[in-house]
Amino acid sequence: MSALTFTLKTQPNQRVDMSPLVCHSLEKLEAAEIAALKLHCGKRKLRVDELFTVSGYDAKHIIIKNSFAKLDYIGKELDGGMIHVEGDVGAYCGMGMKKGAIKVFGSAGIYAGCEMKKGQLEIDGNVGDFLGGALAGNKMGMKGGLILVRGNAGDRVGDHLRRGTILIEGNAGDYCGSRMIAGTIAVMGNTGKFLGHGMRRGTILLWNEPKLSASFNDCGSHTLAFLPMLFTSFNELNSPFASNENAFNRVQRYAGDMSEMGYGEILVKI
Amino acid sequence: MIINGVTIDATFAEAFPMKGTRAIITAQNEKWAMIAAQAMTGFATSVIACGCEAGIERVLTPDETPDGRPGVAIMIFAMGGKGLAKQLETRAGQCVLTSPTSALFAGIDGGIRIPLGKNLRYFGDGFQTSKVISGKRYWRIPVMDGEFLAEATTGQVDAIGGGNFLVLAQSQPQALAACEAAIEEMRKIPNVIMPFPGGVVRSGSKVGSKYKTLGASTNDAFCPTLKGSTKKTDLSPDIESVMEIVIDGLTKDDIDKAMRVGIQAVCDLGAENGIMRISAGNYGGKLGPFHFHLQEIMA
Repeated sequence: MSALTFTLKTQPNQRVDMSPLVCHSLEKLEAAEIAALKLHCGKRKLRVDELFTVSGYDAKHIIIKNSFAKLDYIGKELDGGMIHVEGDVGAYCGMGMKKGAIKVFGSAGIYAGCEMKKGQLEIDGNVGDFLGGALAGNKMGMKGGLILVRGNAGDRVGDHLRRGTILIEGNAGDYCGSRMIAGTIAVMGNTGKFLGHGMRRGTILLWNEPKLSASFNDCGSHTLAFLPMLFTSFNELNSPFASNENAFNRVQRYAGDMSEMGYGEILVKI
Repeated sequence: MIINGVTIDATFAEAFPMKGTRAIITAQNEKWAMIAAQAMTGFATSVIACGCEAGIERVLTPDETPDGRPGVAIMIFAMGGKGLAKQLETRAGQCVLTSPTSALFAGIDGGIRIPLGKNLRYFGDGFQTSKVISGKRYWRIPVMDGEFLAEATTGQVDAIGGGNFLVLAQSQPQALAACEAAIEEMRKIPNVIMPFPGGVVRSGSKVGSKYKTLGASTNDAFCPTLKGSTKKTDLSPDIESVMEIVIDGLTKDDIDKAMRVGIQAVCDLGAENGIMRISAGNYGGKLGPFHFHLQEIMA
């Protein structure tokens, strides 16, 4: 089956809301109807075929080519199917995603995977702030699924994270895991300041020693039985997280944030 | 039907519907996994007074267990779902949670979900944490030796209890030796347990009793010391000892297979080792709807 492909003709000056171009919405539409869909671009509404050359017909597999950092809301509330993006994406990629998979062969802007519920979001490059976080004013971030970032992440990774897993092969910025409610964030690189600030529960898993706030208490060195199982669950990923060499079960455990409930944990490989 | 000089009676074993589940216990080594498994399946020979029937299904290698440690698969059977859930939880809490280095996992993925670690987590007094890994929820309960890891639920499925056969021999040692040989082979069959001590029961029962308060009593037709005193003895003069093997399993096929290899092992010893007959606990349809015809199984 030939994937439904949107190739960007020229880069508009204004940001584009790509949220209508999701598999579950396009499945029901004919090619002409898809071409006639309107996308918000700045204060204008542009037809899809004004911005993109459309080819292919399998709406369960969407490919966006020539993408750039002003294409926002790609895969918003995706409810099944797969979206491949060649190039960078803007803000809110995979926001509120319910099912399916998004692969970005570039970098992503702020709020990638924010409030997503299930499914898998893979980003080859870097991501902006609030990865898997909650929208401003909301109290619950990502609620399920998996986010894999091969590059670095900005600040506030997993802000208000409720459930699900965020894997970062590179570094994470400041306030990583801030206000976490539960879930897992794993960072292979370095982390910034105020790690786990205000976290209530959940796990931040680290390969490198972090700078910890005074509100995290050392619980000692431990061998934890769930870690091998967690790493086994990453086996299918095309990532260093899937490698046995990077797996471990011996950690230094820090509990916190003690200024909050204090049931969260930062586990550091030893 | 006669196999190697052993008469296979034209009768059937009568079994009844049960609810069954499986759990996997792992530990630092096989020794401690087995200790926890033995504790969890202790005092669980018969639903008549134990509340459930339980046993060790088999030892698992590290690559067969969820956490990559040595493990043991145990199965529990009860007459109803509620009873099964209660027995599972009580036994898990008292026998596995307490056992050093142990972890507890579901052994059945499908079926109706019943709590495994779901309620045991409250032992953690608020310090427990959960992790959802590959769609399954696990509870990490802090305990004095580290952490007790328990999967939240396991699967409950329809099952069959009370499959059986009787080994009739010229002497007690010969009956026991034949049963030991049978059990060794039957333990290789998946999805079944033989819940009695060592898999063998010497006090087979019949339905009913002269005492109103008892639902079951000694199977006098097969008691060798009563050959002259009971009106309905089923034993010839040369039979001095009878032992029974009871099988609980997930399906009729599983019990069929276990009975076949068990009876075959007994018959392999044959008449020259004092084995005279194979019979079965047939209660005239009073006990249950599943009938295991011995001669059909061995055909």
